[in-house]
Amino acid sequence: MLAALIIVFREVFEAGLIIGIVLAVTRTVPHRNRWIGGGVLVGVLAACVVAAFAGALSNLFAGMGQELFNAAILTVAVVMLTWHNVWMARHGSELAGELRSAGQAVVEGAKSLLALAVVVGVAVLREGSEVVLFLYGVLAAGGDSAWSVALGGFGGLLLGALICVLTYVGLIRIPMRALFATTTVLIALLAAGMAAQATHFLEQANWLTAMDTIVWDSGWLLSDSSFLGRALHTLIGYTDQPTAMQLVVYLAILLVTFVLMRIYGSPAKAMPEPAHG
Amino acid sequence: MFASLMLSKTAFIAALGIASVSAMSTAVAQTATEIQLSYKDKKFEPAEISAPANTPVVIKLKNLDAKAMEFESKTLKVEKVVAGGSDAIINVRAQKPGRYEFFDEYNEKTARGALVVK
Repeated sequence: MLAALIIVFREVFEAGLIIGIVLAVTRTVPHRNRWIGGGVLVGVLAACVVAAFAGALSNLFAGMGQELFNAAILTVAVVMLTWHNVWMARHGSELAGELRSAGQAVVEGAKSLLALAVVVGVAVLREGSEVVLFLYGVLAAGGDSAWSVALGGFGGLLLGALICVLTYVGLIRIPMRALFATTTVLIALLAAGMAAQATHFLEQANWLTAMDTIVWDSGWLLSDSSFLGRALHTLIGYTDQPTAMQLVVYLAILLVTFVLMRIYGSPAKAMPEPAHG
Repeated sequence: MFASLMLSKTAFIAALGIASVSAMSTAVAQTATEIQLSYKDKKFEPAEISAPANTPVVIKLKNLDAKAMEFESKTLKVEKVVAGGSDAIINVRAQKPGRYEFFDEYNEKTARGALVVK
């Protein structure tokens, strides 16, 4: 039971951190619970589908389906997070101010919420599919221990949810103005870290072999499989043996976010809106 | 909206990146060592596999159990879920000589093995 609890908690932990951050970021946005909740629900359902077809998925692309799938959904999350940051650079002050109940802000807010709901859904999907596969395997095997393992798994889910709550509560204690500044940096690092993880999956799939030399090994100082290492892995993309390509991608995402925020970050009224597409 | 404009820009940058990377990657392809490994009754067979140093390794893993397992190695930086009764391919980059342990994350205590690089 304890082993099951630890395994499930380890998988859910990452999703819990991401959901906590997203909840804090969208604190002032109306209807955010509906969107974030929807993201979690769709993520859970999709995780079940992915788990059911895990074998078939793995066999795609010469056995590299799993890696490429992970790389693809991480890329989606990176794009959505970057989009959110750029969006916030433009509309953040409207939401932070008294205008938050204004009709326009609500409509605009929904667009950023969609992006964040996708990020939440993707995080739940990725971690959830492994949990489903593990718990399903346990239950399918039958026997006396199945229920105790399922119970352990459930405990792991609850602990993961607790991480989500703690992250949220920790972040919302920051004053409103500082919260935006903090979460902008946090989301940029989160996106860069996910891009580096996607790079790792592409390297695993042998789709990306350029610049695959390990730049440093800080495993002796902080292993990325330790508890703190795992948390930092999710939050800022820490890895104890990054490849040159991972570093390049990481820095590129930060640079792209910074440049786009500068370009589109000017107040909405100062720039004509391009046609909707 | 500006967002769609931004997305297309991002896509363009990404496409540029992928194009330049794939151009580079074809130049450095190496032949890999192939190793067969099976997993049955929560045990790896053989429990110890070996490979020459400085060449990439491809592990072909057969999960003969009905339950899913997760092949994991902290030192090799590999994590891969293998569904019950199915095969998986695991790519391992060229390694320095040494002993690299791996295990099934779902049965960490019993299901252990090692890749010895010479």
